Amino acid sequence: MSVKVKTLDDLTLPPPGADSPLSTQEYFINMGPQHPATHGVLRLLLRLDGENVREVIPVLGYIHRGIEKIGENSSYRQTIHLVDRLDYLSALMNNWVVSMVVERAAGIETNDRIEYIRTIMAELQRLQSHTLWWGVIGMDLGAFTPFLYGFRDREYATDIFEETIGARLTMNYIQPGGLMNDIHPNFVKRTKEFLEYLKPKIDEYDELVSGNAIIQKRLVNIGILSAEDAISFGTTGPVLRASGVPYDLRKIEPYGVYGKVEFDVAVGQAGDSWDRYIVRVMEMRESVKIIEQLIDNIPEGDYMTVKVAKAIKPPEGRYYGHLETARGVIGCFIVSDGKDKPYRFHLRTPNFNNLWCLTKIAKGWKIADLVAIASSLDIVIPDIDR
Amino acid sequence: MEKAALLETITALIPNAKVIEEGVDRPAIELPPAHLPEAAKLLHDTDDFAFDMLCAHTAIDRIDDGKFELIYQLYSTKFHHYLMLSVKVDREHPVVPSVSSVWRIAQWHEREVYDLFGVLYDNHPDLRRLFLEDDWQGHPLRKDYRDDFMLTME
Repeated sequence: MSVKVKTLDDLTLPPPGADSPLSTQEYFINMGPQHPATHGVLRLLLRLDGENVREVIPVLGYIHRGIEKIGENSSYRQTIHLVDRLDYLSALMNNWVVSMVVERAAGIETNDRIEYIRTIMAELQRLQSHTLWWGVIGMDLGAFTPFLYGFRDREYATDIFEETIGARLTMNYIQPGGLMNDIHPNFVKRTKEFLEYLKPKIDEYDELVSGNAIIQKRLVNIGILSAEDAISFGTTGPVLRASGVPYDLRKIEPYGVYGKVEFDVAVGQAGDSWDRYIVRVMEMRESVKIIEQLIDNIPEGDYMTVKVAKAIKPPEGRYYGHLETARGVIGCFIVSDGKDKPYRFHLRTPNFNNLWCLTKIAKGWKIADLVAIASSLDIVIPDIDR
Repeated sequence: MEKAALLETITALIPNAKVIEEGVDRPAIELPPAHLPEAAKLLHDTDDFAFDMLCAHTAIDRIDDGKFELIYQLYSTKFHHYLMLSVKVDREHPVVPSVSSVWRIAQWHEREVYDLFGVLYDNHPDLRRLFLEDDWQGHPLRKDYRDDFMLTME
């Protein structure tokens, strides 16, 4: 049995001697790897007919750092520092998923205080991620004001993180057995101030962008992803929920203290770019609701349940765990051979899986629509390349 | 479906499936590579299972056994149950049938595994490297991979 391996040239070069009988000539153009609308080093190779997109070929690897290979040579605690660098807007959730799998594998117990703080932090991070996304989609569609507003509001959340954690982006805060340090004495007060500040701002987002006729023309009925396709393409998070599938791990398999709070899962209907937009705006309101229910009830306790100096050695086996980040489901697969380093460390990242539906839903639209569709998928490139 | 009932129904329908008891944290079966496409189709299409989502697919380099273990994490959005599928292929001739016709996302998961492990997928519509350049030598996630610029701990 022989299997043929192709190269990129096989897709883009015309077969020798071929002469196009068409009156128009299709051509290939690179969008990226350095392009402001791809939010990082994503290269989309486009087959175009005029400005109509005939085919999208994502070409990856411009920020591939081999995080899985490095993970195989790091102790379980060290892997925490690597996963921050995947989806840097969901750094805390990435920390959490590795901690969750390692804790389950090694039988480490946590306490209520730890779980409360983790949940609040995760929702704060979802808020700062969505406010940033909201600014960026505005800019991608040609409006600069939302970008400034989005960054302005995100700043409050990053300030809160900075006070407790000491970092604004790559946080390394949640670790197996607890947290790196306890919350800052100001944390509760400032978080409440932030929520009071943000609530009217979300209404402002609606007034400024959601109700805008141009924005709606650019998003409604553009890039429709059916529920069946969304599942088959492996999408999760707001992208999947916008297609009408109410799949949210916070609700289906509550982790942390999500089981104790009331919130609704934002679900769309049509699966177009507009639904992906509005689902995220609704999620911001739900996140505010979740934090409000928890922030006054953080129980007393230690922020760590195991000694940091102790090496973690889970028993032999294969462990898979996942949770909901701002962009979808991140899964962590750890194979342990009983030593202090994972034998295999695999990450199922939300953006890697969310990207590929683009090859289908962007087909037939103009280049400008491709920008809108890609922006509505809210892709973070380091998470794809790992 | 409950774990025991799920595994019982699956082994009844797919006689070649062997239940994995140890070292797993969810219902898990092992399949011979040749039966993979047929079993994948059954798991996807049978109404009792409805495994419509492939959450993750990856490989483990079991270099001491001379095998690659391929892992498929399946999920059903209808019943919310999980299944781990394990397929072991020979490390010297790692050829396995593609399941990209059943779950479309498999196409890119399989390209990643080819790129990083060198597992070849038969009947794959577009088997190319995913992260590394087309002329890259070797497959970095293999345990015996070495290159000139690698920093090793030994």
